[in-house]
Amino acid sequence: MRFRFTQAAIDTGSARRELLDLGAGGYASFEGWVRDHNEGQRVTHLEYEAFQELAVTEGDRIVTEALKRFPVKHALCIHRVGGLNLGEMAVWVGVSSAHRGEAFDACRFIIDEVKHRVPIWKKEHYRNGDSGWVNCERCAAAPNHSHDHVRHDEPALSAPE
Amino acid sequence: MSTAPVYGLILAGGLSSRMHSDKAALQYRGQSQLDRAFDMAGRQVAKVFVSVRANQTHDSARAHKPLIVDSVDGDGPIVGIRSALAAFPHAAWLVLACDLPFLSDAVLEHLLAERNPAALATAYRSAHDGLPEPLCGVWEPAAGPALAAYQAGGGHCPRKFLIRHAAILLDPLDKRALDNVNTPEEYADALVALENAYHTDPMQLNIRYYALMREQAGRSEEIVETTAATPADLYTELHARYGFTLAREQLKVAVNSEFSDWSRKLAAGDAVVFIPPVAGG
Repeated sequence: MRFRFTQAAIDTGSARRELLDLGAGGYASFEGWVRDHNEGQRVTHLEYEAFQELAVTEGDRIVTEALKRFPVKHALCIHRVGGLNLGEMAVWVGVSSAHRGEAFDACRFIIDEVKHRVPIWKKEHYRNGDSGWVNCERCAAAPNHSHDHVRHDEPALSAPE
Repeated sequence: MSTAPVYGLILAGGLSSRMHSDKAALQYRGQSQLDRAFDMAGRQVAKVFVSVRANQTHDSARAHKPLIVDSVDGDGPIVGIRSALAAFPHAAWLVLACDLPFLSDAVLEHLLAERNPAALATAYRSAHDGLPEPLCGVWEPAAGPALAAYQAGGGHCPRKFLIRHAAILLDPLDKRALDNVNTPEEYADALVALENAYHTDPMQLNIRYYALMREQAGRSEEIVETTAATPADLYTELHARYGFTLAREQLKVAVNSEFSDWSRKLAAGDAVVFIPPVAGG
């Protein structure tokens, strides 16, 4: 599987080694980190929950699509589940390829699609004691607006762009 | 201006000439289609009436229901709709033909959720020709005078009226939902299709809940005994049981660990997961 979950900290060193290829001229990666604020709230920690069977299937489909769409050598995505503290890495994407352009493009494609399609949920805990499931609580407050699971999460990132 | 309350109006005054018998009395799963439509509307709105012609008020299939008797002249369903709007001028009407055997709670729930009170009406597009389906729609109070003017100008077709007056049109949830039944042959086909599509016996399904829905259900999994035929019906049932804050339109659904249509036929032992808006990364 080119998409997997881990309860423990993501080992980027060993993940990167899975992408090594003598035909590759380089490698691009993306790391999503737990940020201390979101939408004006002070975030203290996060919980990630996943529907793992389907998430791994869908995540692997996304990476496979990236390998078809871009002329790259290897690609891999690893996502954390469970509780995470500020500054910890929530997600890692790595791509190796002959040339840098498609490595960046494939990396961007994978992280964007993962955010939109893979059944993973994020609960933010705030300094004021509140907590909330990202993208779900606002939807609940506005049940009549149409929902495509796609555009909603853009302003709600806990990881930097 | 506040939003008008919605009442239900079941249209059962048609002449049933192609059926050679009273359509309202046709039976599906042991229930007349008039009773079925009446109960279905009653699950969505507080008051439901049956639209009848003056000579039908003592008819045995209809007499025990709250009735709205045609009070304006003319032919066709517009007369029934206008009579209801005249009887309760401040109400909007969930108008349903009684001969829609494939109609489901999910179809009505979606219609009411998407209703726009600022339009004259909200209705579905036909899955066959894309034109409005006037006899499964919400008609607002302001449609009363407009319908009167349309009839005065010689109009009698509610579908043409909706085309002309820019009603809000929704995409159908599934292709057959609004198919109607006009002939004995269509009735026979519908009986077979319904027998195949619906489980009459309750079955057990494995449900798992995640994130916000897990918290609202107060559990992460359960075995549910249900007669729900599709994930859409199942969500309607569980939404009522647990008071989920998310509307069905905000969710996706998976059956046996793969994304599924809302109209897929469920089988005993299926594992169903409702998927709230995701937030990975």
